[in-house]
Amino acid sequence: MGLRTPLGTALGLGPAKEGVSHWWWQRVTSVLLIPLSLWFVFSLASLAGANHQTVVDWMRSPIVTALLIMFVISTFYHAQLGVQVVIEDYIHTEWLKMASLLAVSFVTAFLSLVAVVLVLRVALGG
Amino acid sequence: MLTKDRPLSPHLQVYRPQLTSILSITHRGTGMFLAFSIPLLVYWLWAIAAGAETYASAQELLGSSFGRVLLFFWSYSLFYHLCNGVRHLAWDIGVGLDIAVLYKSGWGVVALSFALTAMAWIAGYAARGGSL
Repeated sequence: MGLRTPLGTALGLGPAKEGVSHWWWQRVTSVLLIPLSLWFVFSLASLAGANHQTVVDWMRSPIVTALLIMFVISTFYHAQLGVQVVIEDYIHTEWLKMASLLAVSFVTAFLSLVAVVLVLRVALGG
Repeated sequence: MLTKDRPLSPHLQVYRPQLTSILSITHRGTGMFLAFSIPLLVYWLWAIAAGAETYASAQELLGSSFGRVLLFFWSYSLFYHLCNGVRHLAWDIGVGLDIAVLYKSGWGVVALSFALTAMAWIAGYAARGGSL
Protein backbone atom coordinates (compact mmCIF):
# COMPACT_ATOMS: atom_id res chain seq x y z
CA MET A 1 0.00 0.00 0.00
CA GLY A 2 1.03 3.61 -0.50
CA LEU A 3 4.41 4.90 -1.53
CA ARG A 4 6.63 2.64 0.55
CA THR A 5 9.07 0.29 -1.13
CA PRO A 6 8.45 -3.45 -0.67
CA LEU A 7 11.62 -3.66 1.42
CA GLY A 8 10.50 -0.76 3.62
CA THR A 9 7.15 -2.47 4.12
CA ALA A 10 8.88 -5.73 4.99
CA LEU A 11 11.16 -4.08 7.55
CA GLY A 12 8.26 -2.00 8.81
CA LEU A 13 10.40 0.76 10.28
CA GLY A 14 10.18 3.72 7.90
CA PRO A 15 12.47 6.76 7.74
CA ALA A 16 12.57 7.35 11.51
CA LYS A 17 14.15 3.87 11.90
CA GLU A 18 11.95 3.06 14.87
CA GLY A 19 8.65 2.46 13.11
CA VAL A 20 5.61 3.27 15.19
CA SER A 21 7.33 2.42 18.48
CA HIS A 22 7.23 5.95 19.93
CA TRP A 23 3.62 6.50 18.89
CA TRP A 24 2.57 3.06 20.14
CA TRP A 25 4.18 3.29 23.59
CA GLN A 26 2.75 6.76 24.12
CA ARG A 27 -0.69 5.20 23.57
CA VAL A 28 -0.01 2.14 25.70
CA THR A 29 1.16 4.27 28.63
CA SER A 30 -1.72 6.73 28.19
CA VAL A 31 -4.33 3.95 28.33
CA LEU A 32 -2.62 2.52 31.45
CA LEU A 33 -2.53 5.96 33.03
CA ILE A 34 -6.29 6.53 32.72
CA PRO A 35 -7.17 4.24 35.65
CA LEU A 36 -3.80 4.59 37.40
CA SER A 37 -3.74 8.39 37.60
CA LEU A 38 -7.41 8.57 38.67
CA TRP A 39 -6.62 6.03 41.39
CA PHE A 40 -3.48 7.94 42.43
CA VAL A 41 -5.07 11.39 42.70
CA PHE A 42 -8.10 10.17 44.64
CA SER A 43 -5.82 8.10 46.91
CA LEU A 44 -3.79 11.25 47.61
CA ALA A 45 -7.00 13.14 48.35
CA SER A 46 -8.12 10.44 50.80
CA LEU A 47 -4.67 10.63 52.48
CA ALA A 48 -4.82 14.42 52.92
CA GLY A 49 -3.84 15.25 56.47
CA ALA A 50 -3.19 11.57 57.33
CA ASN A 51 -0.25 10.85 59.63
CA HIS A 52 2.93 9.07 58.55
CA GLN A 53 1.92 5.62 59.84
CA THR A 54 -1.37 5.70 57.90
CA VAL A 55 0.47 6.52 54.66
CA VAL A 56 3.08 3.81 55.29
CA ASP A 57 0.37 1.21 56.04
CA TRP A 58 -1.39 2.22 52.83
CA MET A 59 1.80 1.83 50.78
CA ARG A 60 2.55 -1.58 52.31
CA SER A 61 -0.56 -3.21 50.95
CA PRO A 62 0.74 -5.39 48.08
CA ILE A 63 -1.87 -4.08 45.65
CA VAL A 64 -0.96 -0.46 46.43
CA THR A 65 2.78 -1.20 46.14
CA ALA A 66 2.25 -2.81 42.73
CA LEU A 67 -0.09 -0.07 41.49
CA LEU A 68 2.32 2.66 42.66
CA ILE A 69 5.23 1.06 40.81
CA MET A 70 3.11 0.70 37.68
CA PHE A 71 1.97 4.30 38.03
CA VAL A 72 5.55 5.53 38.48
CA ILE A 73 6.95 3.61 35.51
CA SER A 74 4.13 4.54 33.10
CA THR A 75 4.16 8.17 34.24
CA PHE A 76 7.91 8.59 33.75
CA TYR A 77 7.93 6.78 30.42
CA HIS A 78 4.92 8.78 29.18
CA ALA A 79 6.57 12.02 30.32
CA GLN A 80 9.83 11.15 28.56
CA LEU A 81 8.00 10.38 25.29
CA GLY A 82 5.99 13.61 25.53
CA VAL A 83 8.89 15.91 26.41
CA GLN A 84 10.90 14.30 23.59
CA VAL A 85 8.31 15.45 21.03
CA VAL A 86 8.27 18.98 22.44
CA ILE A 87 12.08 19.15 22.25
CA GLU A 88 12.07 17.84 18.67
CA ASP A 89 9.42 20.43 17.73
CA TYR A 90 11.00 23.53 19.24
CA ILE A 91 14.77 23.02 19.48
CA HIS A 92 16.41 23.20 16.08
CA THR A 93 20.07 23.53 17.03
CA GLU A 94 21.26 19.97 16.48
CA TRP A 95 23.73 19.64 19.37
CA LEU A 96 21.34 21.30 21.83
CA LYS A 97 18.49 19.06 20.68
CA MET A 98 20.57 15.91 21.14
CA ALA A 99 21.87 17.10 24.51
CA SER A 100 18.34 17.89 25.71
CA LEU A 101 16.99 14.53 24.51
CA LEU A 102 19.78 12.66 26.28
CA ALA A 103 19.35 14.73 29.44
CA VAL A 104 15.59 14.07 29.54
CA SER A 105 16.10 10.33 28.97
CA PHE A 106 18.74 10.07 31.69
CA VAL A 107 16.86 12.21 34.22
CA THR A 108 13.54 10.37 33.74
CA ALA A 109 15.24 6.95 33.83
CA PHE A 110 17.15 7.89 36.98
CA LEU A 111 14.19 9.47 38.78
CA SER A 112 11.93 6.53 37.94
CA LEU A 113 14.47 4.13 39.47
CA VAL A 114 14.74 6.34 42.56
CA ALA A 115 10.94 6.41 42.85
CA VAL A 116 10.64 2.60 42.53
CA VAL A 117 13.39 2.08 45.11
CA LEU A 118 11.62 4.47 47.52
CA VAL A 119 8.29 2.66 47.09
CA LEU A 120 9.99 -0.70 47.70
CA ARG A 121 11.89 0.64 50.70
CA VAL A 122 8.64 1.70 52.36
CA ALA A 123 6.85 -1.49 51.29
CA LEU A 124 9.57 -3.93 52.38
CA GLY A 125 11.46 -1.92 54.99
CA GLY A 126 11.46 -2.95 58.64
CA MET B 1 18.11 37.91 1.23
CA LEU B 2 18.56 36.12 4.50
CA THR B 3 16.11 33.26 4.79
CA LYS B 4 15.85 33.65 8.55
CA ASP B 5 14.30 37.13 8.11
CA ARG B 6 11.40 35.76 6.12
CA PRO B 7 8.03 35.65 7.86
CA LEU B 8 7.02 32.31 9.28
CA SER B 9 3.82 30.60 8.35
CA PRO B 10 1.25 30.25 9.85
CA HIS B 11 0.96 33.60 11.58
CA LEU B 12 -0.44 32.43 14.87
CA GLN B 13 -1.02 35.99 16.03
CA VAL B 14 -3.45 36.85 13.22
CA TYR B 15 -5.80 33.94 13.95
CA ARG B 16 -8.80 34.45 16.18
CA PRO B 17 -8.30 32.06 19.10
CA GLN B 18 -10.42 28.95 18.61
CA LEU B 19 -11.47 26.39 21.19
CA THR B 20 -9.74 23.64 19.23
CA SER B 21 -6.35 25.37 19.05
CA ILE B 22 -6.50 26.59 22.66
CA LEU B 23 -7.29 23.07 23.93
CA SER B 24 -4.50 21.65 21.78
CA ILE B 25 -1.76 23.92 23.15
CA THR B 26 -3.18 23.51 26.67
CA HIS B 27 -2.73 19.75 26.28
CA ARG B 28 0.94 20.29 25.55
CA GLY B 29 1.30 22.92 28.28
CA THR B 30 -0.30 20.75 30.97
CA GLY B 31 1.79 17.79 29.80
CA MET B 32 4.99 19.78 30.22
CA PHE B 33 3.86 21.07 33.61
CA LEU B 34 3.08 17.52 34.74
CA ALA B 35 6.46 16.32 33.51
CA PHE B 36 8.21 19.09 35.44
CA SER B 37 6.26 18.22 38.60
CA ILE B 38 7.66 14.66 38.58
CA PRO B 39 10.40 15.70 41.09
CA LEU B 40 7.54 16.65 43.43
CA LEU B 41 6.27 13.04 43.27
CA VAL B 42 9.77 11.75 44.02
CA TYR B 43 10.07 14.24 46.90
CA TRP B 44 6.78 12.98 48.37
CA LEU B 45 7.90 9.32 48.13
CA TRP B 46 11.28 10.23 49.63
CA ALA B 47 9.59 12.02 52.55
CA ILE B 48 7.50 8.90 53.30
CA ALA B 49 10.58 6.66 53.15
CA ALA B 50 12.63 9.06 55.30
CA GLY B 51 10.33 8.77 58.31
CA ALA B 52 7.65 10.51 60.34
CA GLU B 53 9.52 13.78 60.94
CA THR B 54 10.48 14.35 57.31
CA TYR B 55 6.97 13.42 56.23
CA ALA B 56 5.50 15.95 58.66
CA SER B 57 7.66 18.75 57.21
CA ALA B 58 6.72 17.70 53.67
CA GLN B 59 3.07 17.81 54.71
CA GLU B 60 3.59 21.28 56.11
CA LEU B 61 5.22 22.42 52.88
CA LEU B 62 2.52 20.90 50.63
CA GLY B 63 -0.22 22.12 52.99
CA SER B 64 1.00 25.74 52.92
CA SER B 65 -0.84 28.19 50.67
CA PHE B 66 2.00 27.93 48.12
CA GLY B 67 1.86 24.13 48.30
CA ARG B 68 -1.89 24.08 47.86
CA VAL B 69 -1.80 26.40 44.85
CA LEU B 70 0.89 24.18 43.31
CA LEU B 71 -1.14 21.04 44.04
CA PHE B 72 -4.26 22.69 42.65
CA PHE B 73 -2.56 23.45 39.32
CA TRP B 74 -1.04 19.97 39.35
CA SER B 75 -4.41 18.30 39.91
CA TYR B 76 -6.16 20.44 37.29
CA SER B 77 -3.37 19.80 34.78
CA LEU B 78 -3.59 16.07 35.41
CA PHE B 79 -7.37 15.93 34.97
CA TYR B 80 -7.26 18.17 31.91
CA HIS B 81 -4.49 16.12 30.28
CA LEU B 82 -6.36 12.93 31.19
CA CYS B 83 -9.71 14.06 29.72
CA ASN B 84 -8.19 15.57 26.59
CA GLY B 85 -5.95 12.51 26.29
CA VAL B 86 -9.05 10.31 26.08
CA ARG B 87 -10.26 12.66 23.33
CA HIS B 88 -6.97 12.05 21.51
CA LEU B 89 -7.35 8.27 21.90
CA ALA B 90 -10.84 8.52 20.38
CA TRP B 91 -9.37 10.39 17.38
CA ASP B 92 -6.73 7.68 17.04
CA ILE B 93 -9.46 5.13 16.37
CA GLY B 94 -11.19 7.60 14.02
CA VAL B 95 -14.00 8.66 16.35
CA GLY B 96 -15.17 12.25 16.86
CA LEU B 97 -13.27 14.02 14.09
CA ASP B 98 -16.19 16.11 12.72
CA ILE B 99 -15.97 19.81 13.58
CA ALA B 100 -19.29 19.83 15.45
CA VAL B 101 -18.24 16.81 17.54
CA LEU B 102 -14.79 18.35 18.15
CA TYR B 103 -16.40 21.40 19.74
CA LYS B 104 -18.79 19.29 21.82
CA SER B 105 -16.04 17.01 23.10
CA GLY B 106 -13.84 20.06 23.65
CA TRP B 107 -16.36 21.76 25.93
CA GLY B 108 -16.93 18.36 27.54
CA VAL B 109 -13.23 18.18 28.40
CA VAL B 110 -13.34 21.68 29.92
CA ALA B 111 -16.39 20.83 32.06
CA LEU B 112 -15.20 17.37 33.10
CA SER B 113 -11.69 18.54 34.03
CA PHE B 114 -13.10 21.20 36.35
CA ALA B 115 -15.65 18.74 37.79
CA LEU B 116 -12.99 16.10 38.54
CA THR B 117 -10.70 18.71 40.11
CA ALA B 118 -13.56 19.88 42.34
CA MET B 119 -14.37 16.26 43.29
CA ALA B 120 -10.76 15.54 44.23
CA TRP B 121 -10.48 18.64 46.41
CA ILE B 122 -13.83 17.99 48.08
CA ALA B 123 -12.63 14.43 48.78
CA GLY B 124 -9.37 15.84 50.16
CA TYR B 125 -11.04 18.29 52.52
CA ALA B 126 -13.56 15.61 53.54
CA ALA B 127 -10.64 13.29 54.43
CA ARG B 128 -9.31 16.02 56.70
CA GLY B 129 -12.62 15.87 58.54
CA GLY B 130 -13.82 19.12 56.98
CA SER B 131 -11.03 21.16 58.58
CA LEU B 132 -9.07 23.47 56.30
